[in-house]
Amino acid sequence: MTAFEAPGRPARAPSTASASGQVAIRALRKYIRTPGLSLMGVVQSVLFLFSFRYVFGGAIHAGGTSYVDFLVPAYVASIVLFTGGGIAVAVAEDKVQGFTDRLLSLPVSRYSLVLGRTVADSATNVWSIISTAAFGFLFGFRLPGSWQDGIAALGLCVVYAVVFTVVFIVMGLFAPSGQAAQGMSLIAFVFAFISSAYVPATSMPGWLQPFSKYQPLTPMVDAVRSLLTGSTSDVGLALAWCALLVVLFTPIAVIRYRRA
Amino acid sequence: MRTGSTALLIEARGITVRFGKVTALDGLELTADPGQVLAVLGPNGAGKTTFVRCLATLVRPDSGVLRVRGQDVVRDAARVRKDIGLAGQFAAVEPTMSGRENLEMTARLFGHGRTAARRAASAVIEQLDLGEVADRRSSTYSGGQRRRLDLGASLVGSPRLLLLDEPTTGLDPASRSEVWAAVRGLAAAGTDILLTTHYLDEADQLADQVVVIDHGRVIATGTLSELKGSIGQDVIEIAVADPRQLPAAAQIVSQVTSGPARREPTGQRLTAPAPGGPGQLGEVIARLAGASIAVDEIGLRRPTLDEAFLALTGATESTDDRSVSAGQTTIGSRS
Repeated sequence: MTAFEAPGRPARAPSTASASGQVAIRALRKYIRTPGLSLMGVVQSVLFLFSFRYVFGGAIHAGGTSYVDFLVPAYVASIVLFTGGGIAVAVAEDKVQGFTDRLLSLPVSRYSLVLGRTVADSATNVWSIISTAAFGFLFGFRLPGSWQDGIAALGLCVVYAVVFTVVFIVMGLFAPSGQAAQGMSLIAFVFAFISSAYVPATSMPGWLQPFSKYQPLTPMVDAVRSLLTGSTSDVGLALAWCALLVVLFTPIAVIRYRRA
Repeated sequence: MRTGSTALLIEARGITVRFGKVTALDGLELTADPGQVLAVLGPNGAGKTTFVRCLATLVRPDSGVLRVRGQDVVRDAARVRKDIGLAGQFAAVEPTMSGRENLEMTARLFGHGRTAARRAASAVIEQLDLGEVADRRSSTYSGGQRRRLDLGASLVGSPRLLLLDEPTTGLDPASRSEVWAAVRGLAAAGTDILLTTHYLDEADQLADQVVVIDHGRVIATGTLSELKGSIGQDVIEIAVADPRQLPAAAQIVSQVTSGPARREPTGQRLTAPAPGGPGQLGEVIARLAGASIAVDEIGLRRPTLDEAFLALTGATESTDDRSVSAGQTTIGSRS
């Protein structure tokens, strides 16, 4: 064995941007190079959409609009609640398998762990959003307004994806294992289903309606539906929820990562 | 306060770490000079991993002072992180990335620029003899290759202190010697290394200095020969030519050394502590000749680290069923 040719010691620690970039690139590579994540995630969400559209949809009355037009915007808006489990699992596994320890032993800013992860997982969610929206069109969804309204609505969906990514990161940080993270992320289904996303909230029993009305996903979904028709009603409330979730969960994520 | 290059490599004063009701480190005291491979040896649950995690700035001591090269691991954590490289119990490499990609990523996270990171990765690949597999996905690596890659990842920032937590746990013998060769190479090239192990032969193979910890405290420290010497007695070891004469030989040995002779599980071999040293060896040889017992091999040696270790921890052993092994026993890791 030859003597170790020391490559030299870096003069300074990496910038937060550079470290976040490395964290993000690695998470993205893992996602893209694991077909079980990048392809099956989309297949799964398309199958869900297919079931609602063609299996349950016929039995659901969505008021004035056709069910596919009612469903698709809401489904795309809430897609992160279904894909987010994967984020929580990835974060929990990094912690259990020592990857987070390695990162924390390096001279990187503690913020870069959360920032890099958020950037990467938001990117994968954009992929889910766009591919699911494309299938929505294939299954018969048509824009009620202009394409600019469609882009605005899609943009809002991306904002939701970023926000919930942070929430799922926190979930993963509290989970003792990848499997536990998977289990914990099922709680998101409660918010997805007891909302105005899949059925009109007014069809639920009276005691359930307050939860549906005051939980964050309902205004978020309603805001996407309004944007599609060129209206901005509920958008303010939806963004307020986004701000609240980010303000609440980001510090928890940063602190919890430090203690991982 | 930081000091210059004369600072101790590691200075631990009264380190206590509690996890709920469990006291992982209980006033641990340790100092180590630079320029060596230090093995932290102890039974499972002794506090080895917690100590490494403190050095790696992952766990804050509840009390006490811990310095790496004069820098406090709590107040100067950012500086400490620039000086250390950590390879934990699990190979923390990204399986979907190639070895080179893993190393370049870690080099960037150490603060190297793009070009320097590439150079650092290449240097480490050559040093750890990973050239043939460097551009394959690390998920295809053997256990030993993955562990060497993990070792490499802790090296790309040219750390002044390399922390290896049970570097060979769970590896097959061939992979173990691969990792040992890599560690020896690094030590020879001047990297200071602290490694934890519960394999006595690993400490024997790699370390200049050994620290034995048990129940979160240091119970012995010194060079290997000091440690072996600290239990004092040399050992007479005999291999008889005819196994049927083993009992007779054992009787002679225990008469001379006034203690029990132990029959080794393998072969026709006897060992016995010899408080009287060479004099007793001479007497044993004479008496064996007198009794016409032919021997293949006879000699006086220092006790093995196993023997030293059992003597040291035996005194503090509690009723729990912790065990120490010199071989390939797999022992669960701290979660």
